[in-house]
Amino acid sequence: MFATIFFVLLAVLVIGGLFLGRRKAIAAAGGDVKQLHSLVSYHGWNVALAAGLAGVGVLAVGGFATRFIGLPINVIYTAALLAALAGFVYAYQRIDRDFRARNTVETMVMGLLIAASSIAILTTVGIVFSMVFETGRFFSQYSWTHFFFGTTWSPNFRGNSDLGMLPLLWGTLYISFIALAVAVPIGLFAAIFLSEYASPRVRGVAKPLIEILAGIPTIVYGLFALITVGPLLRDYFAEPLGLGESASSVMTAGLVMGVMLIPFVSSLSDDIINAVPQSMRDGSLGLGATPSETIRNVIMPAALPGIVGAILLAASRAIGETMIVVLGAGAAARLSLNPFEAMTTVTVKIVSQLTGDTDFASPETLVAFALGITLFVLTLGLNVLALYIVRKYREQYE
Amino acid sequence: MTDAAMPPAAAAGPSRKPKKSLHVLDDNTRRRNGAERRFRILGGCAVGTGVLALVVLLISILSAGLPSFQQTFLKAEIYLDPAVLDPSGERDPEAISKILTFSYSPMIKGSLTALAEELEAQGAENLTPKMLADMVSGAANAKLRDYVIANPDEIGKTVEFEFLTNARIDQYLKGKVTRESAALDSRVDVAQLNAADELVASGAMEKRFNWDFITAPDASENRPEAAGLGVALLGSLYMMLIVLCLALPIGVAASIYLEEFARKNFLTDVIEVNISNLAAVPSIVFGILGLAIFINMMHLPNSAPIVGGLVLTLMTLPTIIIATRASLKAVPPSIRDAALGVGASKMQAVFHHVLPLAAPGILTGTILGLAQALGETAPLLLIGMVAFVRDYPDAPPGGLFEPATGLPVQVYNFTQRADPAFVERASGAIIVLLVFLVIMNLVAIILRRRFERRW
Repeated sequence: MFATIFFVLLAVLVIGGLFLGRRKAIAAAGGDVKQLHSLVSYHGWNVALAAGLAGVGVLAVGGFATRFIGLPINVIYTAALLAALAGFVYAYQRIDRDFRARNTVETMVMGLLIAASSIAILTTVGIVFSMVFETGRFFSQYSWTHFFFGTTWSPNFRGNSDLGMLPLLWGTLYISFIALAVAVPIGLFAAIFLSEYASPRVRGVAKPLIEILAGIPTIVYGLFALITVGPLLRDYFAEPLGLGESASSVMTAGLVMGVMLIPFVSSLSDDIINAVPQSMRDGSLGLGATPSETIRNVIMPAALPGIVGAILLAASRAIGETMIVVLGAGAAARLSLNPFEAMTTVTVKIVSQLTGDTDFASPETLVAFALGITLFVLTLGLNVLALYIVRKYREQYE
Repeated sequence: MTDAAMPPAAAAGPSRKPKKSLHVLDDNTRRRNGAERRFRILGGCAVGTGVLALVVLLISILSAGLPSFQQTFLKAEIYLDPAVLDPSGERDPEAISKILTFSYSPMIKGSLTALAEELEAQGAENLTPKMLADMVSGAANAKLRDYVIANPDEIGKTVEFEFLTNARIDQYLKGKVTRESAALDSRVDVAQLNAADELVASGAMEKRFNWDFITAPDASENRPEAAGLGVALLGSLYMMLIVLCLALPIGVAASIYLEEFARKNFLTDVIEVNISNLAAVPSIVFGILGLAIFINMMHLPNSAPIVGGLVLTLMTLPTIIIATRASLKAVPPSIRDAALGVGASKMQAVFHHVLPLAAPGILTGTILGLAQALGETAPLLLIGMVAFVRDYPDAPPGGLFEPATGLPVQVYNFTQRADPAFVERASGAIIVLLVFLVIMNLVAIILRRRFERRW
């Protein structure tokens, strides 16, 4: 209720400022706008922005402060409204013939632009803080050696849980390994074929088709794993071979995730292969090498650092992927080598510990934050490494 | 490069020297050509595998999901008993709406008894009236009640009404439940399947397009036939609105600053590295951020589209910033120079000239970012959007703070339920999601084709 009234009044001030500022400026110039320093519209914008920014600014500060000193909500709205009014009056009375309205407006807009770009930093800070804080609380209740080196994962909401991360990490790495084993050869060969062999027509059809795979949401892959790939693998491979009878398995999740990563590997590799200078190809072909020999002996060595970077980026994707493993890999934490057994991953356990009824004082819930920060550090490390390798490689040909 | 590619010429040299001809392929050339062919085929296979995977994926989802748009209905005459529905006889809407859903079931049962007797006369075996009543969905009472409240004048008349049949009968007509599986299932009887065949033959039972799947809210565990996507679609729409209203202005503002104004210094370097890293942070981490900051710290309501929208905004921002910066960079400097040359300020040059020229590219990037946000599931799971929500949220802005779900989360929700009929629902929901994604991507492609300028 307060919010609606506030925003209506603020809108009135802002829109009123646009017109009144303009009118006063024209009046100040005695009707001849060429007398003014700035265009009349800037005088209007100046009043409107001053009112709007003051109001929203005080509202934001007040909203944040109320977390610590508990102000009643109507006080904050009233203060914000008063601030908006004050901004309006201040900007309005400053208008005269020589007032540099354009410079003032541009300074305010510049402030807004800088504020918008710092949101990216705030997000990172928010991510790190939200997790570091809760992780600290977790480690004050649970020993970190047990968390990082424990080999059993059995949370128990009555207390006394074993929260060893190794089985989850093993599941994550195993699934990612299978996914990469699928995606890297297929993606790499697809990129080679499309950039070196395919005619423009084939390329024009096949490349977008493969890239559609990248636009499909992961929940769709998850459902695909759940209803098609899982039962298929169980009925035709796992059960006849006596390897297990679970439809959700490392293999299911790994294969489907591999399909998801194909376009990722192929489009990155495609860019990198295309960046290898044509003169190197021509030189090799001119010496009598076949195209495949050229690719294997000339292009691949030159593109290798970039391709390694692409693979690392794909690996970081695989490690952080959630929906495919939630639906395809199962929930049992296990340290096992059998790929047809259900295993679980870090992301699955973050989801399962944080959904449903959660109690933010128990280690069983807080462990999710420790898992989250492990995941964040792992993927961040891979990304930074990949970007470093890619960047270093790029310098060679530019 | 090296001589690794060349054959060991020294060994082969002397023996083939006498009859060397360019028209006859020697063993070595043949071997190398074979390797070339194999390599090429391997590449073709890789492309084929990728395309095949796409085709299999789409076929499997479509074949599992398309039936969910059709539902089986049973037509029956029902007498709307005034003694039960409107004891006072005044047709007062308020009094009628006080009659509980539960009171409607005897009426439905009564109307189906007549049908059961009819079927028995035609020789249906082992069919009790209760069995026939069980073929109707548990959601039928509520639908009949809604109908009566909307049309109080029909009380006391006999009307023809279409009841949803229960999921087992529906799945039987779609070929997913067979007589063998029904014999093992405690919730359906083979006699009911026989009755369903009879009813289909007589035209009382039919399969037709079911708008309720798209508009109705979710239904409970035991009524997959009544479950719909209404609340999820509304929730997704609200979240997309929030993402559009926040991510587009913030993203464009940030890109303008970084691309046009920022001096190269430590701070801008940090921001740039930050943005490229944020683009690669796993989406679930954004969910943890939303849970810790927006829900635990700022006390925004659980399961509300506002929280989902904020989390998705933060997630989409890097995508939009990267796209916007690329399109700002594509505007040639001559445009800026010309504007500055006729006396525009730097800010005027950017806002009056560069930004309009970059707009199509920005829009395309934004649509693609929205499409990515629309399909995102994992962060929404953590902020409680998996809850079972039956009530439509109000119109914004109030509705933004009410519980809702999102389309992809609804899919996840369906997959977590025991009844196999929900698999069909989940795939159907995916089809709806994919239709939206295809539309968004097509719009982006058309925009790019129409407005993209090469300088």
